[in-house]
Amino acid sequence: MSGVAHLYVHLPFCAHRCGYCDFVTVTGRSEEHGSYVDALLRELELESGLLSEQLETIFLGGGTPTFTEPGALERLLAALPPADEVTVEANPETVTPELAELLSRNRVNRVSLGAQTFNTTLLDVLERRAGPGDVSGAFYRLRDAGFDNINLDLIYGIPGQSAADLERDLDEALKLAPEHLSCYELEAKPGTRFTHTHGVELERQAEAMEDYFERVVDRLTGAGYRWYETANFCRSGSSVDGRDLRAQHNLAYWEGRDYLGLGIGAFSTIAGRRWRNTPRLPAYTAALASGEAPARELERLDEETRMREHLMLGLRLDEPLPLAEVEPALDLDALERLSGLGLVRRDGGTLALSPRGRFLGGRVTVELLA
Amino acid sequence: MDQSRIRNFSIIAHIDHGKSTLADRILELTNAVSKREMREQVLDSMDLERERGITIKAQAVRVSWKGHELNLIDTPGHVDFTYEVSRSLQACEGALLVVDAAQGTEAQTLANAYLAIENELEIVPVVNKIDLPQADPDGAAREVAELIGESPDRVLRISAKTGEGVADVLDAVIERVPPPAGEPAAPARALIFDSSYDQYRGVVAFVRVVDGVFRPRERLRTMALGTRFEAQEIGFMSPAMRPVDELTAGEVGYVITGLKDVSELRVGDTLTTESNGAVEPLPGYKDVKPMVFAGLFPTESDDYPELRDALEKLKLNDAALFYEPETSQALGFGFRSGFLGLLHMEIVRERLEREFDLDLLVTAPNVAYRVKERNGEWREVHSPADMPDEFEEAEEPYVKASIIVPKEYVGPVMELNNERRGRFDHMEYLSPERVHLTYELPLAEIVLDYYDQLKSRTRGYASFDYDYIGFRPGTLVRVDVLVAGESVDALSLIVHREFAYDRGRALVERLRKEIPRQMFDVPIQAAIGSRVIARETVKARRKDVLAKCYGGDITRKRKLLENQKKGKKRMKQVGAVEVPQEAFLAVLNIGQEGRK
Repeated sequence: MSGVAHLYVHLPFCAHRCGYCDFVTVTGRSEEHGSYVDALLRELELESGLLSEQLETIFLGGGTPTFTEPGALERLLAALPPADEVTVEANPETVTPELAELLSRNRVNRVSLGAQTFNTTLLDVLERRAGPGDVSGAFYRLRDAGFDNINLDLIYGIPGQSAADLERDLDEALKLAPEHLSCYELEAKPGTRFTHTHGVELERQAEAMEDYFERVVDRLTGAGYRWYETANFCRSGSSVDGRDLRAQHNLAYWEGRDYLGLGIGAFSTIAGRRWRNTPRLPAYTAALASGEAPARELERLDEETRMREHLMLGLRLDEPLPLAEVEPALDLDALERLSGLGLVRRDGGTLALSPRGRFLGGRVTVELLA
Repeated sequence: MDQSRIRNFSIIAHIDHGKSTLADRILELTNAVSKREMREQVLDSMDLERERGITIKAQAVRVSWKGHELNLIDTPGHVDFTYEVSRSLQACEGALLVVDAAQGTEAQTLANAYLAIENELEIVPVVNKIDLPQADPDGAAREVAELIGESPDRVLRISAKTGEGVADVLDAVIERVPPPAGEPAAPARALIFDSSYDQYRGVVAFVRVVDGVFRPRERLRTMALGTRFEAQEIGFMSPAMRPVDELTAGEVGYVITGLKDVSELRVGDTLTTESNGAVEPLPGYKDVKPMVFAGLFPTESDDYPELRDALEKLKLNDAALFYEPETSQALGFGFRSGFLGLLHMEIVRERLEREFDLDLLVTAPNVAYRVKERNGEWREVHSPADMPDEFEEAEEPYVKASIIVPKEYVGPVMELNNERRGRFDHMEYLSPERVHLTYELPLAEIVLDYYDQLKSRTRGYASFDYDYIGFRPGTLVRVDVLVAGESVDALSLIVHREFAYDRGRALVERLRKEIPRQMFDVPIQAAIGSRVIARETVKARRKDVLAKCYGGDITRKRKLLENQKKGKKRMKQVGAVEVPQEAFLAVLNIGQEGRK
């Protein structure tokens, strides 16, 4: 068996927990960053047998990886195996020239900036720490340090965000001409502080914001970006010398390839088994300090489940899905019906969503599942 | 027993005026039931009756008082059972008319009093609840005396609760109610005034012997229906069953028939002997027909067999209940059921839910219509879906509604009746404060939410009763509801042309709010034939995606979609449109309808 080529590393530390966030995060405790990195490196060592010699991608996600104490962060980066694409998530306010330099000298070649919005009022609503100018400042500092593959994360559908606000955000983002853009609709997840505060307002605005997704897609594709995944866009073609600027690490998830995840709350999916590490920091570090794997929640994925996941994830992409790979998971009557409605295209041996089908991708997937 | 020592009487009263409590006191006072055995309201054997304070099935109890045999025949207290009440009254020579000292006469008091007068009963007026602080015994006595043309001095004043005056009531029954006047030597004739089903012994008939003698093991037959059986046992209730060797003219008792189906025995029919039987039946038999119809559907389609079994069991004891299988594209398998009226429907529904633990969807009720088809033949229609697209003419049932209200609410009541196509009939002052109004109304206008409206517009002061007066021509149309061009059978309704637009509009608006948005525009239309009278659109969704999905999200998102898939399987498919069952529920459920 060839080894796993995709590695995820979770760095949970944040200066502050944003209201809408439901990731595994840890605020404060800067004195624990070092011991956490020690634990990560031990877990890497324990699982290194699973990894292939040459990794294709590494992704450091969070939390705010760039909030990690620089010494600890550098120690981690230096110890990671080499990979073709190494991405680090960063919050704009953490990107100093020194940090950009630190990343650059440790073989990081892609940075994902959590901009979310350029509008300071809306940043406050999201409880983000960045101020005016922080995003573009961070962006240019990264460019100065030589980064030629930068992603901007944007969020739309923020309580109080008008259509004009959204257009302004898109203007600002396009002015920076990042290689990649991720645009998510804000999810008010049940149980978060944010939903508690803004849930009612969001519900009220839902109708007004219904076309924001279309606006985002129209605007970005109009500016030459490829809408290659439901919420992801990249520059393509001659302007970037034919480089494939899709997020290769995330592409691995969407294409159903195996990946290893390190750190608290991290998921791994390898050879039909998916597991999740304990989300509890003390339990995680204690286990690894004594040389043992952390507590894990295990899920076995049978063939049928994998196929359903393949359908669910594959339909998020712009490239047609080979029918043979998902046919047993399909409701063929639904396929017929949805083709009739112009939402799905069946072409030769492949399956793809029409543009309108992609806007309704979640529902279409539900229909298509046998 | 010598007929001169027999007295047969009923108690008639408006709901909650104390009929059952008085019955209990009478049983106690005559030692028919010891205090220890005394459950409140012994005569009402079903839980539901006790809870709702109404009597559904009439029964008869024999008690002794000062050398006389007194038969107390209990009557149902509600308009839906008018016919049963009238048969019970026909079995009597007298009636206690009980009026609440605080409430005075009410609509049912009037209706029942008139029934008693029609049956030529001696009426003994009784004002009850004189112990209540807000009681006005003199006022109530004046009202009731005026109603029956008696002197207020002859009105008894009692408290059934404390027992005060109850002995006087029994004395008055002996003094005032005439003894039966049948022919003991004539061929045997008995009036069947009620029946019930006993799991071990089959159908039990409750009878009043008018002429002659009945004995056990005799071959008997019913004169209208022609049902034949052998009397396995005869006897009387006291209140337990006491077998006897004979029931003679003037007596009240029961006959165990050995029949397996209550529908073989009709209330109002005459029982006689096979040999040497009577020639003339007793007067007044009517074939009672259900007037109100509704679809009964299990909310879980798996419960259909349970619903069928439950209806079969209810039918054993309720000859008036009618049902036949109905299949609705929206609601699946169920039954179209016919009821005597709204209360009857509510009782059946509650018994199904309570005694049989079923979750039911009851569609909005409609009345029975008569339709003359193109070929000139008349046909009765029990559901809007059965209404032909084209017909010559149609008739709908009318009732005479009797409403009693404090005078300040006369205006609102008249307004309501005008809105409901009512025709004013009569108005009179029962007292300086209280007015009795009668209207002729289409029954269809009453079945939906008339009673709720009446209550809310009169702050609960109105009392209401109605009586069928027959079918009359109506300008009726069938309004169909189309979802994405497909007609939804369960939502069709028959309405007066004048109201078609408003009802169609309301239904379509309601449905637009209930049908979730689909991946395409869904037009919802109300139409008469091919003419659309109202239209709404459920706009297509413009987006429905999972915002993001990375390595850590996959399991959760997959489960989310799988759950949505499961939810989808619970949807009802109307053409290409998925409609959650709840949407139909919201639009059809009469519980909701009543509350709106």
